[in-house]
Amino acid sequence: MSNRINTLNIEHDSAVAQWSWRGLMAIAAIVLLALYSSVFDSYEIAIVIFTAVSLALLGQNWSGFRRHLIAVVLLSFLAIWRYGHDLALGETDFFLSYILASQSSFMWMSALFVMATVAYFAGLFMRSSFIEKVASVLTWSATTMGMVGLMVRWRESYLISPDVGHIPVSNLYEVFILFAVITALLYLFYERRYQTRSLGGFVLLIISAAVAFQLWYTFGKGAHEIQPLVPALQSYWMKIHVPANFVGYGAFAMAAMIGVAYLLKSWRETTKPQGLLATALPDLSMMDDLMYKSIALGFAFFTVATILGALWAAEAWGGYWSWDPKETWALIVWLNYAAWLHMRMTKGWHGKPMAWWAVIGLFVTLFAFLGVNMFLSGLHSYGTL
Amino acid sequence: MSDDSRTSTPRHSLGQRIFHFLGSMDLAITLLLALAIASIIGTVLQQNQPYTDYLIKFGPFWFDVFESAGLYDVYSSLWFLAILTLLVISTSVCVIRHTPSMIKDMWNLRTHVQEKSLKAMHHSQEWDVNSSVDESVNNLAVELGQQGFRVKQTVKENGILISSMRGGMNRLGYIFTHVAIIIICLGGLLDSNLPLKLAEWQGRIQIETRDLPTNQVPAISRLPVGSNAFRGSIHIPEGRSSEVAFLAMRDGYLVQELPFKLEVKDFRIEHYATGQPKSFETDLVLYDDELEQPLEVTISVNHPLIYKGYAIYQASFSDGGTGLSLEAWPLDSGAGHKPFIFDTKVFENRQMHWGEESARLEVLSFRPFNINPDPTEEDPDKLRNFGPSFGFKLRSKTGEAREYLNYMLPVPRNGREFYLSGVRSSPTEEFGYLYIPIDSEGGLTAFNQFLKRLYDDELVDSIAHKMMLETLASVGDKDDDLEQSLQESLTGLVAMFMKGGFTNVATFIETTLPEAEQDTLGAAYVSMLREMLARIYFSGIEPTESDVDTEQQLTFLQDAVDAIGSFSRYDSPVYFLLADFEHVEASGLQVTHSPGKSTVYLGCALLTIGVFLLFYLPQRRFWAIVKNKGRGANIVLAGMSNRNPREFDLFFEQISEQLKQVSGNSQQ
Repeated sequence: MSNRINTLNIEHDSAVAQWSWRGLMAIAAIVLLALYSSVFDSYEIAIVIFTAVSLALLGQNWSGFRRHLIAVVLLSFLAIWRYGHDLALGETDFFLSYILASQSSFMWMSALFVMATVAYFAGLFMRSSFIEKVASVLTWSATTMGMVGLMVRWRESYLISPDVGHIPVSNLYEVFILFAVITALLYLFYERRYQTRSLGGFVLLIISAAVAFQLWYTFGKGAHEIQPLVPALQSYWMKIHVPANFVGYGAFAMAAMIGVAYLLKSWRETTKPQGLLATALPDLSMMDDLMYKSIALGFAFFTVATILGALWAAEAWGGYWSWDPKETWALIVWLNYAAWLHMRMTKGWHGKPMAWWAVIGLFVTLFAFLGVNMFLSGLHSYGTL
Repeated sequence: MSDDSRTSTPRHSLGQRIFHFLGSMDLAITLLLALAIASIIGTVLQQNQPYTDYLIKFGPFWFDVFESAGLYDVYSSLWFLAILTLLVISTSVCVIRHTPSMIKDMWNLRTHVQEKSLKAMHHSQEWDVNSSVDESVNNLAVELGQQGFRVKQTVKENGILISSMRGGMNRLGYIFTHVAIIIICLGGLLDSNLPLKLAEWQGRIQIETRDLPTNQVPAISRLPVGSNAFRGSIHIPEGRSSEVAFLAMRDGYLVQELPFKLEVKDFRIEHYATGQPKSFETDLVLYDDELEQPLEVTISVNHPLIYKGYAIYQASFSDGGTGLSLEAWPLDSGAGHKPFIFDTKVFENRQMHWGEESARLEVLSFRPFNINPDPTEEDPDKLRNFGPSFGFKLRSKTGEAREYLNYMLPVPRNGREFYLSGVRSSPTEEFGYLYIPIDSEGGLTAFNQFLKRLYDDELVDSIAHKMMLETLASVGDKDDDLEQSLQESLTGLVAMFMKGGFTNVATFIETTLPEAEQDTLGAAYVSMLREMLARIYFSGIEPTESDVDTEQQLTFLQDAVDAIGSFSRYDSPVYFLLADFEHVEASGLQVTHSPGKSTVYLGCALLTIGVFLLFYLPQRRFWAIVKNKGRGANIVLAGMSNRNPREFDLFFEQISEQLKQVSGNSQQ
């Protein structure tokens, strides 16, 4: 058992770091509330407090996240300051047009994610922990640029017109970025926790696929234009329902990619036990465990997200459940992973069948996320009002 | 979370075996997946559409098959409900079977363990200390307590057993999640239309399929105010009110009575600067005898009104019977008379008579503005507001109908202005348009007068006669037969044109003239016809000296001739000019009553808490047996966790290190 001790990093950071971080979050929340309490409604106050608490908890033992968040805040403020009240500066100002305007940030994010994917695989195949570290840094940078892009896009929407302004989680283009950023953050969390970078390439592969879709969507369809919100989406529920859902989607995607790595390794172990894949990837039981963790996390958040969706539906569509295709597919995804978890926790199934199931689960999730919007009509397409 | 091996003993009675089967994990997982697969059907096949749509889509055979399988409303079909019911039963049995042991496990510190079994556990350590048994026990208990463990000491024959546990609430996670599913399903059942289906099956209610005024719907299709769940909808025109809502049921509806009256004062759509809709709002007044004064609220999408457990939502909008003032300008032999002026409303039907003929005017729609691509611009993205329009059908006695779309304002085209009217004979076709030129006054009078002259046989005859004489005079021939045949030809050409435009004339030329003469004679015919039409037109116009005026007259003549030439395709004896309108909108409201809502929400809260307890609060147990050994004591420590074995490896390592430190000097 002693040989496993280092596979989990649950050591706590120093008390000074912890308390200064918590303090910083508390101060940020207090300043926000003091400045804007007059225009916030109770939901917004609750969201600020909830966010501060979550960030404090996330960052208290995770120095990478602390650095990430500070970078996001500083860069976002820099961009907002450069913009002032003139959206046109996004084209002319050097900092904005090359780095910080949301479109530029997203391009940086895309390039960095692809580079990180390549670097992770290079590190894996060349057995170079240095290259893997570079890959981690690239992933952190990509995530930071993606997050900054979202923040700046949020501001840009208000610069178009105050009534157009909204949080950028309102359409497929925006949630794709959210998906990439959240999946990367989830991966980085477990990378640190399990002290292994060899799975990075696999997880980043699906992020790169999302990035590729994103680029096609931008240049092929012009989907990056900021659109005003249709009435059905003008609700505070959107702010929490959508991100919660994407923690779920991200975690399920990560589980599936680890499932792929698991299947590759177990295949190579029988065909070529001394080969690169069989030896370089983490041991099977660890991947199995990580897959379970990821699905459990995804399931918990997906449950919350679906319930939040039901609460929203009760306010917007006249009922908490309407068997709308998107709702129904959310239920299908939920039932699928519920069955997976029962198999794993109660029947004690593990290994290859569960890895296959996790991979299939990704396709079910993908259909719920994309397929429903593409092939089925319903309330989530906002066609009627 | 059942563990079958624990409960299975041989020789069960049948009842026990059924009970065990219902509570088995295999059944539960099968049901979860069956439910998932069954749910797919309803997303692929659009639910609760009009039955005629399904019939067209699938044809009569499959329509019947799918209908009997309940596929048009899968989620309330019997077999789907059966799966759900089985799932609820299975979950219930599981909860019943396991809750007692779970609760026990939550509190029980397991004081009956033997030293042997502790040593055999996966996580186990043994060490000796110098301090006494009592001191060691005390130290261990304090340290475990500080780590958040509940601790209990038991005196055993060979020493003292410390049993401790943390995270017992994990078991609550199991109970919460599974009870939550039962609660949610039961709450959902309260809000389902199952009671309605039952009542229908028993014959207590009957779905109404006819299009009746609300007050004529028979009592058997009406639902009184009660505690039943429903989701109904109503369209209320501005200034009107309703005390009922309509529940769509398969191919018909039921009328649900409401315990209050809803009046729509105003409906508004606001737009962003880019033209997209920004909000849909209704100013609503709710009348209830229990209120001191009526409740006035504005509802909008995402902001419903909740009153006495009834929720009223902004769902859609439509025309609420806009008032239209129409002028019927005759296009047939009645031309020349003043237009018939009358008022009607959107969705109103009226019988119109033209001499012998009659047709039913069915007003379908009204739009206050039409923002369409501008046909005069090359860029298809250039949009222009074409002003108000209204759509209607003219239905003949045989039931055939043609659909028309008339614009209120003249539309500019090539520097002139026209009244625009679209026509088509089926909704799948594109509209073909009639362009009626307006006169210098901006009206239809000149066109109407020209039409009148064209229908005036005597006038046409005399003009034909005059033209014949002029033509023959220029040739210098005189022949009675020729005179007569030429005059007949001229009037005949006009009549042909009035019947079917230039196309009709062209067909006549092609079918009656020898092929060799078609080119020369045909061209001559057409130019004679044009000359006739011009003469008829100018016969009613004051002669003018101005070239500009003449130029304008000729253009108008050309446009008018084009319009009249397409009458046969327009196929209406009348043109309806929209003179004025009073826009009335109707707000589409959804009224729902869901008594099961709070039950479902309770289930959701339990589910959320339960899921997090289950995944993130591992139940961890530690035992230690402390025995006398020489002057000191011997400690056997063992631990187990029901979740996260990897983390527990580390945790056990850390805890045992800590316990070794506090329990006294290690002799190992």
